[in-house]
Amino acid sequence: MMRIECPWCGGRDETEFHYGGEAHIARPPDPDALSDEAWADYLFMRANPKGVHAERWMHAQGCRRWFNLLRHTVSHDIVAVYPMGAPRPEAPETAR
Amino acid sequence: MARYSIFSLARNALTGHRDWPKLWRAPEPRPAYEVVIVGGGGHGLATAYYLAKEHGVTDVAVVERGWLAGGNIARNTTIIRSNYLWDESAAIYEHGLKLWEGLSRELNFNVMLRQRGVLNLAHTEHDVRESIRRVNANRLNGVDAEWVDAEGVKAFCPPISISPKVRYPVLGATLQRRGGVARHDAVAWGYARGADARGVDILQHCEVTGIRRVAGRVTGVETSRGFIGAKKVALVAAGHSSMLAEMAGLRLPVESHPLQAMVSEPLKPVLDCVVMSNAVHVYISQSDKGELVLGAGIDAFNSYGQRGGLHVLEDQLAALMQLFPSFSRARLLRSWGGIVDVCPDASPIVSKTPVEGLYINCGWGTGGFKATPSSGWTFAHTIARDEPHPLNAPFALDRFTSGALIDEHGAAAVAH
Repeated sequence: MMRIECPWCGGRDETEFHYGGEAHIARPPDPDALSDEAWADYLFMRANPKGVHAERWMHAQGCRRWFNLLRHTVSHDIVAVYPMGAPRPEAPETAR
Repeated sequence: MARYSIFSLARNALTGHRDWPKLWRAPEPRPAYEVVIVGGGGHGLATAYYLAKEHGVTDVAVVERGWLAGGNIARNTTIIRSNYLWDESAAIYEHGLKLWEGLSRELNFNVMLRQRGVLNLAHTEHDVRESIRRVNANRLNGVDAEWVDAEGVKAFCPPISISPKVRYPVLGATLQRRGGVARHDAVAWGYARGADARGVDILQHCEVTGIRRVAGRVTGVETSRGFIGAKKVALVAAGHSSMLAEMAGLRLPVESHPLQAMVSEPLKPVLDCVVMSNAVHVYISQSDKGELVLGAGIDAFNSYGQRGGLHVLEDQLAALMQLFPSFSRARLLRSWGGIVDVCPDASPIVSKTPVEGLYINCGWGTGGFKATPSSGWTFAHTIARDEPHPLNAPFALDRFTSGALIDEHGAAAVAH
C-alpha cells in the first residue's frame, strides 16, 4: 500500500488514486503520416523499466486532477511528484 | 533416467529412500550451445523438454538467474482450463489441456492433475449472456463447456451461497469439467528431469546480463558465469521479459504488474472444484494439503517488487465472503506476489523477433500456468523450425503492428 502526495490535496492513501500508465507519451501530431511501426510503438510499446518509472496518476476520490510522479518499480518509493506537461525531473542518485 | 514405478519405490524403500538419483545434474556451462533458453521456469523447462523430445535438439542450455522453478511457476494458483472465447486462444489452450491430460504418464512424474471442474460464475444479466456466448463458442471449437443455472451451481459446488439477497447474486455459471488444478512444482520438476535426461544442461544461478549480436544476428548471451555462445537464444522470462528484450534492442508491448495470491490454514475437504468470478473478482480452489487457495487481479501499477497492496487482498476476501460465507472463520496463513507481464490484448506472445536467431515467449499475464505445456510445445516448434506452428502463429509479436490483436480482456473468463 502506497501513500501518494497529491500536489493539490496532500498525502493520501493509494486507494484514492487511479493509475494512468507511463507518462510523457505524446500523441503524434499527424497520425495519418505515421508508419504502422511508429503507430504500434505509440499505442502499445512501453518502457516497463525495473527502476525509476515516470507515470501518471489521478486523484480520483479527491480533486480528480492528473499529475505525474517518479516511482521506483521495485521499492515503490515515490521520488518526485510534478505537474503534467512539466519535463521529467532528474531522479535522485539514491533512487536508481 | 531412472524410471519411477511401484518396483523402484519398493526397491528404494529397502535402502530407506537414501539412494534415489538426483532429478537433474548441475553441469558447468559449456562454451556454446545450439539453443540457449533464458528462464528456468515452467515454460522454459517445457520448451527445453519439447525441443529435445519432439525435435531432437538436445544441444540446449536453460539458464536461470535464481533457482529452477522459483518464479511464477512456484507462485500461481494452479488453475487449468481452456474455455477461452476466441478461436486462436481456444486452440492453443485446448492443445495445452490435452497435453496436461497425458503429462504424468509422458513425464513419468506425477503432476497431480485433478480435473475436478472449473466454474466461471455469472452475476448479472450481461454476465449470463456473455457466458452462454462463450459456452457456444467453446463447443464450436471442440472445448467442453456447459451452462449451469444457479441451482446447478449449488448442486456442483455445495458450499457456495446462491442467495438472491446479495448485491451480486450467482445467476449461473459456465462449467468446464475437464478443467482443474495440478501440482505446480511437479510440472516444472517433471519437465526439468525429462529435459536433463535427454542431454539438456540446466544452469542455475546464471544470470543473463547481455545478449551478444553480430550483424543483426544473435551469437550468444553474456552471463554471470561468463559468455555462452548460441546459434539461437529463446527468451522465456515472464515478468522480466522487457528487460531482456531491451538487451537485444527490442521494445515490447508488455507491462509488469504484481499479482497476489494467498492461502488459508489447511481445512478438511470442503471444496471439490475450482470457482472463479470476474464480477466480484476472486478465484478459489482447495489444495491437496487442504489450504484454500485464493487469487484475483493485478495491482494496477507497474512493479517488479513481487508484492502488492493490502486493499487488493481485502477486495478478494470481501468477494469470497459473499460467495462462501462459511469460509469467514478460516484464517489466512500467508499471501505472496509474483510479477506478471501483461499484453494490451491480454494474449501472449510466442514468436520470432526482428533479431535473427532470437525468439520470445512472454505476455502470458495472469494465466500462464495452464499454458505451460502448450507454451513450451509451440515455442520449441518455433525455435527448431525457425517458423511458428499454426497454433502460435496468431500470437506473433508483429500483431501489434498489423492490428490482428486477440482481445481476451474480459472475453475469456480471464480474471484480470
